[in-house]
Amino acid sequence: MSTLAPAEADLEVEEPIGEDDAIDDRPWVVIVWNDPVNLMSYVTLVLQKLFGYTRAHATRLMLQVHNEGKSVVSTGTREKAELDVARLHAYGLWATMQRD
Amino acid sequence: MGAGPRISRVPDGVRLDLPDDEREVLRQVAGELRDLIEEAPDEPGLRRLFPRAHDDDTLEEQYRDLTHEQLASGRDRALRTIQETAANTLLSPEEADAWLRGLNDARLVLGTRLDVTEDFDWEAVDVTHLQAQELALYAYLSWLQEQLVEALPG
Repeated sequence: MSTLAPAEADLEVEEPIGEDDAIDDRPWVVIVWNDPVNLMSYVTLVLQKLFGYTRAHATRLMLQVHNEGKSVVSTGTREKAELDVARLHAYGLWATMQRD
Repeated sequence: MGAGPRISRVPDGVRLDLPDDEREVLRQVAGELRDLIEEAPDEPGLRRLFPRAHDDDTLEEQYRDLTHEQLASGRDRALRTIQETAANTLLSPEEADAWLRGLNDARLVLGTRLDVTEDFDWEAVDVTHLQAQELALYAYLSWLQEQLVEALPG
């Protein structure tokens, strides 16, 4: 993955001190939502680039976004989810995060 | 040059076969978008460039504090790369990635402004309408971006 975005390298998301994290340890999920502008081929490419997914897996997620309106593309701690959302935002994908 | 492919894969990046007038259009689009992000960050057309991460307002504010500046400067750098390399015949993988993001940002802003929908009816566009020119630009950028995506290794 030598073509990883410069944008990604710049993004260092620091975890803000969240006291509620100590109580609620459900993982966060990162969701990509369908939008009318992003090309299907582009969404697939971005998911491959950012997450190292195979073309088949990235295509499956993209089709879920396209057909069902959204897809969970990654999970993890709040810190990881926030970094993933920011990387997706850098590529113009419509991504949000929430507790699983 | 007709409607032949403009972007193709080469061993060390991508090759641009663009006529000069199209290179000028791309330079202008990138420059205008840089100005807009710099001067009018709250412009409604830019909202798709900086979507919310969280439903919760407090969490969203924290996310914005952490990321907004870097996301904005990353966009500016990608668009500047388009301006600076619009005359090239070869783009390095890093430059091609900047083009990928910059072209997409321009499409997001145009698409938002034009209220493009998934089943947008291109046949219904009134070519005399003021928006026809922006729609043509949107369609052109989409055509170009599709070629760029195909030229990049997945």
